[in-house]
Amino acid sequence: MISDNLIPLFMIMSSFLPALMIFGLAEERKNLRRSLNLIGVVSTLAFVVYMFSGVYQGHHYETRFPLLPNIDLVLLAGPIALFFGALSSVLWFLTTVYAIGYLEGSPHRSRFFGFFSLCITATLGVAFSGNLITFLIFYEMLTLVAYPLIVHRGTEESRLAGQSYLMYTIFGGALLLLGTVWLYTLTGTLEFTPRGFIENVDEEHYFALVSIFILLITGFGVKAALVPLHGWLPLAMVAPAPVSALLHAVAVVKAGAFGIILVVYEVFGVEKAADMGLTQPLAVLAAITIIYGSVMALYQDDLKRRLAYSTVSQVSYIILGVAIVGPIATIGGVVHLVHQGVMKITLFFTAGNFAETLGIHKVSEMNGVGRRMPLTMTAFTIGALGMIGVPPIAGFISKWYLGLGALQADQEWVILILIGSSLLNAGYFLPILYRAWFLPSPEKWPHEHNFGSRETSLMLLIPPLITALLALIFGLLASSPYSPLEWVKLIASREFY
Amino acid sequence: MMQFIMTLPWAIMLILFPLTGAIISFLWSKQGNKIGLVTITFVLISVIFLAWSIIEQDVYLHTIGGWDAPLGINLYADGLSLVMLIMTALVGLGISIYAISYFSADQSKRFWPLWLLIIAGLNALFLSSDIFNYYVALELIGLAAVSLTALGNTRKAFLGAMRYLLATLLGSLLYLFGVGLLYHGFGSLDIATLSRNVQSTPVLWVSFALMGGGLLLKTALFPLHFWLPPAHSSAPAPVSALLSALIIKSSFYILIRLWLSIFGPLGDGTVESIFGLLGAGAILWGSFQALRQTRLKLLVAYSTVAQIGYLFLAFALAMSGGSIAWNAVVFLAFSHALAKSAMFLVVGNLLRFGGHDEIIHLDRVAQRLPITTAAFALAGISIIGLPLSGGFIGKYFLLESALLQEQWGFVIILLLGSLLSAAYIFKVISHFFTPSSTPHDSKIIPANMEWAALLLALAAILLGLFSSSVLSIVDIGSPFELEGEKL
Repeated sequence: MISDNLIPLFMIMSSFLPALMIFGLAEERKNLRRSLNLIGVVSTLAFVVYMFSGVYQGHHYETRFPLLPNIDLVLLAGPIALFFGALSSVLWFLTTVYAIGYLEGSPHRSRFFGFFSLCITATLGVAFSGNLITFLIFYEMLTLVAYPLIVHRGTEESRLAGQSYLMYTIFGGALLLLGTVWLYTLTGTLEFTPRGFIENVDEEHYFALVSIFILLITGFGVKAALVPLHGWLPLAMVAPAPVSALLHAVAVVKAGAFGIILVVYEVFGVEKAADMGLTQPLAVLAAITIIYGSVMALYQDDLKRRLAYSTVSQVSYIILGVAIVGPIATIGGVVHLVHQGVMKITLFFTAGNFAETLGIHKVSEMNGVGRRMPLTMTAFTIGALGMIGVPPIAGFISKWYLGLGALQADQEWVILILIGSSLLNAGYFLPILYRAWFLPSPEKWPHEHNFGSRETSLMLLIPPLITALLALIFGLLASSPYSPLEWVKLIASREFY
Repeated sequence: MMQFIMTLPWAIMLILFPLTGAIISFLWSKQGNKIGLVTITFVLISVIFLAWSIIEQDVYLHTIGGWDAPLGINLYADGLSLVMLIMTALVGLGISIYAISYFSADQSKRFWPLWLLIIAGLNALFLSSDIFNYYVALELIGLAAVSLTALGNTRKAFLGAMRYLLATLLGSLLYLFGVGLLYHGFGSLDIATLSRNVQSTPVLWVSFALMGGGLLLKTALFPLHFWLPPAHSSAPAPVSALLSALIIKSSFYILIRLWLSIFGPLGDGTVESIFGLLGAGAILWGSFQALRQTRLKLLVAYSTVAQIGYLFLAFALAMSGGSIAWNAVVFLAFSHALAKSAMFLVVGNLLRFGGHDEIIHLDRVAQRLPITTAAFALAGISIIGLPLSGGFIGKYFLLESALLQEQWGFVIILLLGSLLSAAYIFKVISHFFTPSSTPHDSKIIPANMEWAALLLALAAILLGLFSSSVLSIVDIGSPFELEGEKL
């Protein structure tokens, strides 16, 4: 019988070890590489599912390893960890399938898939961290292993994008480290605790705590692309499509948002943070980011850049939900972690399909693409409508709870932000849908590949169809047991008295 | 059987093996590679057994010939010495594996005797407990190192070696004057005896000024670092690696020992503050210079100047912060030795690969030398202090210590230093991925040269993961307690 406490470690290892093996593979060993990838993906998923059912039955999974005096490396399967972990491992599975199809025949695949796997190792580490130092370690690992993916193409443009990515994230990392160590000198512990672990800190350290909050939020805000720390994200669009999908929906951006969730709920405690007057400025910052991202998205002709600015805007819904303070807003914000994930990954998959199949990179080239690639475009449409907040797609549920939560917390101005943002979302997504479905297609696509009777290769087609379906199901069946919404309600009940 | 093995004098063998190896490889110079590898393997085994016996039985003390101090020579090893010996053996192994393919037959003849002599000197130094033996070992190491620096046989190498020779001789001379004064004043060379006898007199502080000055010069603390970049950047790759990784640490080790046992307890904080300021200066100046370099080898050399600064910050932070800062020093010194030697070996690979080390003209290195690239990246992670690496643990301790004492100036220096080092490391890495405007064909690099660099870098990373074991070793004999008692 394997000790339950090693399960989180095994889960991490089941993507880490295949990654190491993949690095060692020669470029042409395609089948072995695929098998390793799939073994890693499937076993990771299996561990996550196993822990899910175990936690339901009251089991406790915690790997602990001494690092420094009084500081351990801790991997812990709590409700919020499983929530983010499940999202990451499911979407990673689909992204891996997609990436295998997308990179067919391109060079340096061993390097690519190695780092791709390491990305998920780091993301799961982030998800399952039991204290702030473990979180920080995996968070920095994620920064580093995503870098080779961003510069994967090896062009001058990708080098510059990678450079700007690192400048932002390393700077953010330095602030995080400072905030973390400073916090440790005040509290003597860094273990995540529902409702926070700072209540024993003296009143005289109020100023220090405020500074620490600002440092941590700024540090995480870099990856969560909070304005004005979002500059790296649109540039990073030079990376291959599966990387963009992974960065936006699962790994890098989400890790930042997840960090903010943890700082507010499990480090400071949301009510304590609100008492200290820290959440209101955060809400305002999130609101500004939501509007700014949407406005910028309106002006982008490049499809992926438009989606990137849309991410800037959408991720801040999560932060807004956190910062409104209140159980219902919390539900809206945290559940958007998953909802935005499935919708945005659908959009990036489909954008990749347009580029790979027809050579389309720009919105202005998308006339009539719905008739040429109906399935892909259907998936895109579901994702886009979900982003706007059209019921019954998942995005509607998030916005509904955010709105209700704002009313409950007497923050009526948030409603205006939500309406404004939805209008802007419609403003940049509906023209795309109109072009794709209702305008005549051009005589010749920019760069067309032929996939026989299908609209594109199956490995590129199936992942977005599944994620689009998930976006629908998460909305339609939101109140059935095991849905993301129900799980988030459980999480929220732990964070409020 | 085990009992018997434990009683063997492993510490003495640590000095005798490399000394014998040096003599044999000099006499039988054709077989230098084999003799060198065998010797370094024996050294590694001896360190393992010495470590085992120290962990089991506490501090090691051996009086050679049965004559106790102050008359005889003592070999002494506590946790700090042990960590330094392990560092020497690991880096020594990495460099030796690299060197067997690096040198031409002619250079190889001269390399092995000198290199094994250096290992013997380093081991002797880390096992010594009296200030004159320190001098002997230091002089031996210094002269052998200068000769190795000139091994490249170029005009530039001679100039670099010449400057280095002057610096190291002047440093030893100053140190020797200090030893003389101290002996004259307090009648002993043994550190333990001295630490009981010394009083805060002018003689004491003049001798400290002499010894300290000499050691600072040898350690190349800003602004006495002028000799380091030319020497470290013009030497052959394995020599640069051993200069930066080990030689610098030997003089720093003496400084720490002297400070903790003899001078520190009597000081009033002036020296610590000065060291802290110079350290901060070194971090900023070294990092800034590294960032400006267009040649990789010079960049790595200036990075050493900056990293030495961190070691000296610890003096200021330990003044009222206790042993956290000294633990930081152990991690920083150890991880720097591993990471920096890996980096210089990487530079050696790149020089052979493309025939140059112009950073912006690096040509698709990541694609063609993935192992070398990984080595540089991992070493860089440790140098920057990103988690989880030995460098991270070291900088974490320094940061914690600075925050506990609310020394905001040092906090800013620490963060700024890390950001600057990230800037210069990633400047290099980003050019690993792109093609150059003047593409060149790839030359084959022997596998052991790539792997030696990677394993050293990997060790720097693992040092972070196993930090709690390293800390428990360092604690043996509580080398940092004297300073703690002052609190």
